[in-house]
Amino acid sequence: MTEQAGNLEQVQAVAEATPAAWVKTELARHSQRPYPMDFIESIFTDFSEIHGDRAFGDDAAMACGMARFHGEEVMVIGNLKGRTVKERIERKFGSPDPEGYRKALRAMKIAEKFGRPVFTFIDLAGANPGIGAEERGQAEAIARNLIEMSRLRVPLIATITGEGGSGGALALAVADRVLILENAIYSVISPEGCASIMWRDASKRAQAAEALKVTAQDVKSLGCVDDIVPEPVGGAQANPEEAAQLIDEKLRWHFNEIKALPLEEMLQRRYEKFRNIAQFYTT
Amino acid sequence: MSWFKRQEYKIENEGEKTVRTEGLWIKCDSCDQVIFKADLEANLHVCPKCGHHFRISARTRIDLLLEPGYEIVDTELKSTDPLKFSDLKSYKSRLKKAQKDTGLNDAILNAVGKLGDHEIVLSVMEYAFIGGSMGAVVGETIARAVDRAYESRKPLIIVAASGGARMMEGIVSLMQLAKISAALGRLDDEKIPFISILTDPTTGGVTASFAMLGDLNIAEPNALIGFAGPRVIEQTIRQKLPEGFQRSEFLLEHGFLDAVVNRKEMKSYLSRALDFMKQPSQDKVAG
Repeated sequence: MTEQAGNLEQVQAVAEATPAAWVKTELARHSQRPYPMDFIESIFTDFSEIHGDRAFGDDAAMACGMARFHGEEVMVIGNLKGRTVKERIERKFGSPDPEGYRKALRAMKIAEKFGRPVFTFIDLAGANPGIGAEERGQAEAIARNLIEMSRLRVPLIATITGEGGSGGALALAVADRVLILENAIYSVISPEGCASIMWRDASKRAQAAEALKVTAQDVKSLGCVDDIVPEPVGGAQANPEEAAQLIDEKLRWHFNEIKALPLEEMLQRRYEKFRNIAQFYTT
Repeated sequence: MSWFKRQEYKIENEGEKTVRTEGLWIKCDSCDQVIFKADLEANLHVCPKCGHHFRISARTRIDLLLEPGYEIVDTELKSTDPLKFSDLKSYKSRLKKAQKDTGLNDAILNAVGKLGDHEIVLSVMEYAFIGGSMGAVVGETIARAVDRAYESRKPLIIVAASGGARMMEGIVSLMQLAKISAALGRLDDEKIPFISILTDPTTGGVTASFAMLGDLNIAEPNALIGFAGPRVIEQTIRQKLPEGFQRSEFLLEHGFLDAVVNRKEMKSYLSRALDFMKQPSQDKVAG
């Protein structure tokens, strides 16, 4: 309890000195923040993992599995980050390779075949950049997920729990409902990456975070996500159980709404949402 | 008096006698050959010596692919700077400069016309406009090209030349990947052909969306094509990248391109592919 209070004071002290967008970025990346699998374990029951992309390998940064959501059969997908140094390296700090995205798509296709809804959870800085990732078609893997998710014939709900890093996050977030946690961020590029390109100085990351409008609130007001999930006071890391409960409530509400729609209407709405998203132009 | 001393006549460099060669000659980026500009243009902007494919404007590309009499469409959209983004310069001023330099509203041109015998919808990116980056205007304009193909049932060709998503439009630019991919999903369901042409360079969010989703993905020789930029990868893995990494031939070898086609042969290749993709059932319905 005292530790939590200490955390809160620290966070508040930092908050006063730094731009809000950077505070949120640090909260989204907090080392004690629950990761997708932590939320999955508290919200779902009977998780049975399925492995492999049937083409190259089994990505350690992506987990897919059959599970139950309040008794209902569902497919759950989330990226894996790891807590210890060893585990983080093994899981590439949560950044999936092409085979991770292909495994996720394979799981979604299984769900589609058996009429089971899909829930995804996202907390990653981006898709893994590397020689192997390029050789095995990182771009193609992401692109394939975007087109297939846009027309997958089962309900899809995506939740961004921490960092929603660019195309690597979007490749799990073309969904009927896209939720984002109160202190999570969603961005086309990391604040550091943007700072080093536009300011030619990575230390301008707080300014870049502000300019990019990465916070859940900004992203919501730009119409790029559907709903914000509240977090416990001080952030999800302050009370992971309560955080999971708050996500669960939102998931149930949105899931019930989507389930009530006839399939074709659900698909039409998903299509129209993305076809008409982010229209910022004059004619 | 010295034999060599010039007393009366000075050498004068009179303006009218000077032959200006500036702009008439171009040095090849690849082999350093000096090429007469008119020759380069006649050779479709391909170096006659080494075959290096120069980057060309969207307008030049359309002229190369479509028969005369095509129509440019969807030109009216302009960015509203949704983030009011500013780094060392404001995004607004960058947009203004790019608009002045290219004569375009944004990094994209849509056209409808004929490629050989085929009526097609063509969408071409303009690399000279903020690195061909994709924001809301580029995304919507490409999606409109997809809609045109969908409604008219004409084949769609998109020519990519882009550094990826437009950072200055933040999350708005990321959403364009989903927008175009969703539109392409609908096109695919209707079995309407889509050919993606990747030119130098095609990276980031453009590669990770429509550029990789063609029924055929075709590239020009030696084009840089990838997801992460070479510098990002070098910084991440802390080693130099091998020669030819992320070039067209590398992607072909790894199975992500259907063909690497020279600019000169591109039109006949596309025409042949469109013959194949023409649905026999359509002819029956029409007849």
